[in-house]
Amino acid sequence: MLKIENLHARVEGKDILKGLTLTVNPGEVHAIMGPNGAGKSTLGNVLSGRDGYEVTAGSVTFEGRDLLALEPEERAAAGVFLAFQYPVEIPGVNNTYFLRAALNAQRKQRGEAELDSMQFLKLVREKLKIMQISDELLHRAVNEGFSGGEKKRNEIFQMAVLEPKLAILDETDSGLDIDALKQVAQGVNALRSPDRAFLVITHYQRLLDYIEPDFVHVLADGRIVESGDKTLALKLEEHGYAWVKERDPALANGAHA
Amino acid sequence: MSQSPASLPFIDALREASNLRLPGSGLAWLDAARRENLEAFIAAGLPDTRAEAWKYTALRALGQRRFALGDADAATHPVDAHALTLPGMNGPRLVFVNGVFRANLSKLEGLPSGLTLQPLSKVLENDPEPLRFALSRHYRETADVFARLNAALAGDGVVLRVAAGARIAKPIHVCFVGTPAQADVAWHVRNVIELGEGAELDLVEHHLATAQHKHLGTLVSEIVVRDGAKLQHTLLQNAGEESTLIRRGSVHLGAKSHAMLHVLELGGALVRHDLHAELRGDDARFDTRGVFVLRGRQHVDTQLSINHQALNTASESIWRGVADERSRGVFRGAIVVAQGADGSDASLSNKNLLLSPLAEIDTKPELEIYADEVKAAHGATVGQLDERALFYLRSRGLPQAEARALLTAAFCRAVFTALPNDTLRDHFSDALLAHLPS
Repeated sequence: MLKIENLHARVEGKDILKGLTLTVNPGEVHAIMGPNGAGKSTLGNVLSGRDGYEVTAGSVTFEGRDLLALEPEERAAAGVFLAFQYPVEIPGVNNTYFLRAALNAQRKQRGEAELDSMQFLKLVREKLKIMQISDELLHRAVNEGFSGGEKKRNEIFQMAVLEPKLAILDETDSGLDIDALKQVAQGVNALRSPDRAFLVITHYQRLLDYIEPDFVHVLADGRIVESGDKTLALKLEEHGYAWVKERDPALANGAHA
Repeated sequence: MSQSPASLPFIDALREASNLRLPGSGLAWLDAARRENLEAFIAAGLPDTRAEAWKYTALRALGQRRFALGDADAATHPVDAHALTLPGMNGPRLVFVNGVFRANLSKLEGLPSGLTLQPLSKVLENDPEPLRFALSRHYRETADVFARLNAALAGDGVVLRVAAGARIAKPIHVCFVGTPAQADVAWHVRNVIELGEGAELDLVEHHLATAQHKHLGTLVSEIVVRDGAKLQHTLLQNAGEESTLIRRGSVHLGAKSHAMLHVLELGGALVRHDLHAELRGDDARFDTRGVFVLRGRQHVDTQLSINHQALNTASESIWRGVADERSRGVFRGAIVVAQGADGSDASLSNKNLLLSPLAEIDTKPELEIYADEVKAAHGATVGQLDERALFYLRSRGLPQAEARALLTAAFCRAVFTALPNDTLRDHFSDALLAHLPS
């Protein structure tokens, strides 16, 4: 589904990703862990097409298409979804209106019929069962005045409505208390399916207690330096990221960990 | 200070104007007032950008143009009445085509009691005397050059009176239609509006075009809101994209009166709107909400001045501007709190959005306070669309143009939340979106 090969990317003239390779198949949940500055968020931003990230080498294909050649909205329509680490507040734009406009824009790009307001409402009601989110939030402006937990839940709710093939969760656990974390994880788990893949980017292992990954990768200094199953996350939790460096002498010198 | 009047085609085209037969011609006092205003206008010519009031709006190109003094076919141009309707409006309607009243397009039968509504052309024929004071005014400020021209040549407009205590439930729709003619026409409209004590009125002023034209329209509106009266005035300016529209409004507010103005400026190539409010009675209140959305090479200049002259008067002004492509927006908001107008509360906010590197917005809030215990606040900003918000919308699948339009409309819509008519508010929102490049 997603094939990242030898990806190099820079931000403001600084090399951040330095040869990242990763393959994600449908139905799989991959966790990307790593210390601050390892390039975790850069990976999410490059995959979703944010401005200011320059890819200097390597390739990313999504279902055989060159993902990097697509505009952000085309990536969304192709089925890539990024749950933001810091969801943006958009005053004056109604949450429901926005979500319907987004869904219909995607459907239009895919050549599918747009949903009218009744059909959309039905879909929203269905998805509300997955993600506990109050009606009141739906009628407010996008993320405006939402608490940290509400913002993250709104991200997962959007994901439920947009039904992407690949969901990238960028530090969705950051700033959440344990209850909010459980709710978000519950929402994600409800959306797991054999056709849908997840890339869960996180600094801490605790999210993975609730979203159980098939694979765990350690990202350090712009590359994946360790891959394993979920037990790798536990080892990291026990030993800290310093343990990775000890195992990889190349990192010990000049790593930005 | 001026371009040499004699050499300007704009002025030259007025040589024969003193011979024009206008409604009311032959009334000695009106002839005299018109003649004096015309002579004063011709003598002064058009101001250049060294005049403070015209600093950001150059009239050089306008001065090189020659406008016909009138449109002989204005009374007969076919106009589709359906194109003039506004959603949620089914009350009385007055329609002017290229500045001339059109009875066949208007709806004046069955007016509610307490409301007098007539075209100026008819009042000048039948009973001009009550308008003598209003129509004999002289305009001396450089800012008011076009009011002078208007006083010289206006033969039509709205004469509206609401009797004391009368509450007019249905909004009054006044529609100014521009339509192509044999030549580029200059038309001039004079509106005289008065709300008696405790009266209430909802007035919707609507400018539109049936097709592209390059006419010049000037409007001078004098509005008096007597003690305890309430006025809702809503302006939807969707004039022809190549037209020139120059409006001057003055509002005088009596004690405990309240006027609320909503403005949406979308049309016109060159648009100037001067609005002067005088809060003359204690506890008077004047609120304005305005938005302009510009594209192409549009130039829209709004000059707002609010004078607090009595105790405990209040004004709140919220204006936003959007300029795309090579357009230019100008906003000047001046608030004066006169000596003795203690306890006044004035606020002015003007936020602007530049959507293109070639667009320009000049904003200038001014505050002059000569009284004690006054609350006054003002602020102005010029910025761009939030890139983070734009990316957020695109990452959810909205194409760039749609995302920009959505954010821009949201920026503007915030200004219209207080519009009392829901249907009209939705229409404003649609008109806004339709005007944005998408």
